[in-house]
Amino acid sequence: MQRYIVIRLFHAALALIGVSIIVFTLVRVAGSPLDALLPFNATEEDRARVEALWGFDRPLHEQYLRFVWNALRLDFGDSIKFQGQTAMDLIGQALPASLQLAGFALLFSVLMAVPVGVVSAVRKGSLIDMVGKTVALLGQSLPPFWLGIVLIWVFSVNLGWLPVSGQGGFSHVVLPGIALGWFSVAAFMRITRSSMLNVLDTEYVKFARIKGTPEWKVVWKHALKNAAIPPLTLFGIVAGIMVTGVVTLETVFAWPGIGQLALTAVLARDYAVVQGLVLLISAMFITINLIVDVLYAYLDPRVRYGRGRG
Amino acid sequence: MAVATSPAPVSRVPGARALGKTWTFMRRYPVVPVAVLLVVLVIPALFAEILAPHDPIDGDLANRLLPPAWTDGGEWGHPLGTDRQGRDIFSRMVFGARTAALVSLAALAVGGTAGTLLGLVAGYYGRWWDHVIMRLVDVNLSLPLVLLALVLVVLFGPGAATTVAVVTLLLWSRYARQVRAEVLSLKEMDFVARARVAGASDLRIIFRHILPNVLNTIIVLATLQVGNVVLLEASLSFLGAGIPPPDPTWGVMIAEGRDFIVTSWWLSVIPGLAIMLTVLSMNLLGDWLRDYLDPRLRQL
Repeated sequence: MQRYIVIRLFHAALALIGVSIIVFTLVRVAGSPLDALLPFNATEEDRARVEALWGFDRPLHEQYLRFVWNALRLDFGDSIKFQGQTAMDLIGQALPASLQLAGFALLFSVLMAVPVGVVSAVRKGSLIDMVGKTVALLGQSLPPFWLGIVLIWVFSVNLGWLPVSGQGGFSHVVLPGIALGWFSVAAFMRITRSSMLNVLDTEYVKFARIKGTPEWKVVWKHALKNAAIPPLTLFGIVAGIMVTGVVTLETVFAWPGIGQLALTAVLARDYAVVQGLVLLISAMFITINLIVDVLYAYLDPRVRYGRGRG
Repeated sequence: MAVATSPAPVSRVPGARALGKTWTFMRRYPVVPVAVLLVVLVIPALFAEILAPHDPIDGDLANRLLPPAWTDGGEWGHPLGTDRQGRDIFSRMVFGARTAALVSLAALAVGGTAGTLLGLVAGYYGRWWDHVIMRLVDVNLSLPLVLLALVLVVLFGPGAATTVAVVTLLLWSRYARQVRAEVLSLKEMDFVARARVAGASDLRIIFRHILPNVLNTIIVLATLQVGNVVLLEASLSFLGAGIPPPDPTWGVMIAEGRDFIVTSWWLSVIPGLAIMLTVLSMNLLGDWLRDYLDPRLRQL
């Protein structure tokens, strides 16, 4: 187990280094950052002075090390678009809104997916199985941003039940949350279903039944508890899907989160903010996957790296 | 959905046998998804010039924001209505299908080939190759690719080539991972050892003996990925980072119709439905192919 954790930590660190190199390179491929900082009529002297001030005259490896050192302290530099604020300030202000949205979406998908997945495993081919599968598949085929627009059209404009956009109370998060969460329902549902099917076939479930445990208790307590491990592995993938959805949906719903910030920053060539966002989100992905992997190995010893094997 | 060899629904009513047979056939083969794909994606993409009644880019300002023909105020000259520049929605949909099909094909060809090759190398040669390629996969999977896509588009300008490049970046790692895993077990098989004893070179073993055995996986992955590619292309276009206007793509059409959702719902709703039908059918077809070609891949 320890060996496994050490190897996974090592891989996570390597991935993070890889990401940092890509981010560092990308911004330098994007043309000299000086062009963004200086007015077009700047003199050679101005250029040299700003270059020295920002450290662009140093050798590349030195610049990279400085970049990494700063990034480790969450210092990604000052925003060019929003003068007087650091990139981290902006990200810090936008992050809670996005986490709220993603949290609600995740809750929605799990609450939709797990019961349907369980029921469709227990009653294969039943009406609930069919309907559940259709609803889930449908969600997986809809572009989240389109779903968002249609939900606004139906529930905000025509029915007037929920606010059109912006951030506020619980009512504001419902539509974007559903639009974001529905996409992942199918994935969670499928894996819950197949995992439940495996578990329902085991000896201890049969034993629980022989003992006379009520069927609902066998399914929802004994079996579900053990079937809950495989769906865990999905969290890493879902996190990735959600970031894509967040960027488009925040535009649709005028949700003041990192998706909107990212779009503004990219269009304004505000690379400090872009760098910070990419690095932080990557670090988040890597951490989530690391936790999922370790948790999985802890719960299911077969996953761990064997001693003999590489 | 398991394509079980379930017997035809037994019916005692005479004459219902033909119906039962049709039903069995429909259950066993993905008839509906294929039909939908043909109608929504393939035929429009191939015959866009013939099918489209109007030019997809030139508008007719006298006929702006016409609703679909079956609603009040619509006319059959513009079966799905027109947008705010008077462009025919149906014609734009048809050409949008071509864009979607071409982008998916190009991205799948490039991403699939690159990913497969890397997966073959990583799995077959192992050691350093494996370590380096798998760490690259890790990096690829931990990057927020939409953000990178946006940056790339700002850097290189929006367009078909950039879109394909971005989608390719997203695709290759899935192939590399899956192919590598299969190669790892394949290369321990007897037939590989025998080929080696017979004096086959590494290249020959990889392409003649191993590649044919992972081909099923690649096909299934590709089918299942088309849906993702179409969705991603639409997302990028929606954000203004895909194929730029005025070229018709479904994502751009949704984006352009967004502000008119209250008054002219058809602008956004119709292209969204096309995306939904395409992705749904592709996923169903992929599921069927997976079960048909290789039941072991159920986890995919």
